[in-house]
Amino acid sequence: MENLAMHISNGIINGPVAAIFAVIALAAMALCVQRGRQHLDDRLAPMAGLVAAFIFAVQMINFPIFTAGVSGHLLGGALAALLVGPWVGALCVAVVLTVQALVFGDGGVAMLGLNITNLAIVGTAAAYLLIVALLRVLPRTPAGLAVTAFVSALVSVVAAALGFVLQYQLGGAVDLGDNIAGLAGTIAGTHLLIGIGEGLITAMTVLTVAKTRPDLVYALRARGPVASTPIPAVGGAR
Amino acid sequence: MGAGHTQLLYHCSDSPVHRLPPEVKIAAMVAFTLAVVATPREALWAFGGYAVLVVAVAAVARVRPGWLLRRSLIELPFVLFAFALPFLGAGERTELLGLSVSVDGLYGAWNILAKGTLGVLASLLLAATTTTRDLIIGLDRLRCPQLLTQIATFMLRYLEVLVGEARRMRVARLSRGDDPRFVWQLRGFATGVGALFLRAYERGERVYLAMLSRGYTGRMPQVWQGAEAATVGQWLAASTVPAVAAGVAATALVLT
Repeated sequence: MENLAMHISNGIINGPVAAIFAVIALAAMALCVQRGRQHLDDRLAPMAGLVAAFIFAVQMINFPIFTAGVSGHLLGGALAALLVGPWVGALCVAVVLTVQALVFGDGGVAMLGLNITNLAIVGTAAAYLLIVALLRVLPRTPAGLAVTAFVSALVSVVAAALGFVLQYQLGGAVDLGDNIAGLAGTIAGTHLLIGIGEGLITAMTVLTVAKTRPDLVYALRARGPVASTPIPAVGGAR
Repeated sequence: MGAGHTQLLYHCSDSPVHRLPPEVKIAAMVAFTLAVVATPREALWAFGGYAVLVVAVAAVARVRPGWLLRRSLIELPFVLFAFALPFLGAGERTELLGLSVSVDGLYGAWNILAKGTLGVLASLLLAATTTTRDLIIGLDRLRCPQLLTQIATFMLRYLEVLVGEARRMRVARLSRGDDPRFVWQLRGFATGVGALFLRAYERGERVYLAMLSRGYTGRMPQVWQGAEAATVGQWLAASTVPAVAAGVAATALVLT
């Protein structure tokens, strides 16, 4: 399986902007480590590792968007936020990105701050805020959970992609002039499609886990189990 | 599961680079990459110098050039992006092969191509000479928070399990008449993905409890025993490459 990168590689964004985002990412990670430590017990430690491994693995599986050319992979921020919470979830994504940068060259080491900001911080934060809001509004049924997972995953992917557009505008290698709008459109459009795939997979995974081991889903812990009515095939076309 | 744990990209060999402690190699790789990124893109000669450094390290580490080139295809999407830049860029334009392209865009494309490729090659050299277990030990010795090294340890430990399980489930689907192609494979993947996750979690939980009952405290024994930590000589030996790179970068900054 060909392993294609989607993270920002060295040289795309200039040094000063990369440095600023490295500082932002470092500060956010320090906060996450501090908050995450309180959550990480005997049940969450292997779960965090598995979520990270899972994200690592699904990022290797590319699915074609159009048969020619564009292919994307999943990001996993929403899945992490749902299963291990926002703090540990962001750390999981950050660990995946760091290991990918160190040993695969997937995403430049000097651009790690930018990638962590987009995928780990913006992606997970957008997903978690939506999860909290939607779980409150939607009925506490498997369908409600599936919609929550789908929407939060979709939005988190697009939010992370737009983070890249913002960074590019601040310090892109080339001043695109008016073409920046075109870049934003292309990136948002592609990631909308990736987001649909991500949403489906996130919804299916979380539904299966919630059905058999609801205790493992962080987002449900505070709110009691999902009603165990027969599970309709929400999120998966049948 | 006793055998067959393949390392992601590790090349089993015995070379001076393989024998260096991991923390030294990580630090050297990061410093080298930062020097490359800090180099102004107009200093074309500097990137030639970095390439010579990479080739020298690869030769000392006995990593085959073919393998390096094949694995560096990972940056292909951004290379395509780089090729689009000369046509999208704003500002002053020039003629190249009969096409009107932006000068700024041309430099930008070169910037991405050169810095991206050098960064990818540097990480691949690190991966080829360091096992994933050593990588975690190195990060821990570099004062990476224990929470992160713990997540990374489990991630690398469970990765092989997950990938193997996914492959078995795919074979099972294929042998039952599934035809995974184009977007339709998403459905099969999505319906199986939850089961895959649960199976891997339950196995992982047992592994974790077994580790706890054998005295696991969240760190690898090599770290708290302080064994095989880098000596001053090893730090000095590994710092030659980033030091030369920093020298090149500084010269390039002064000259341009």
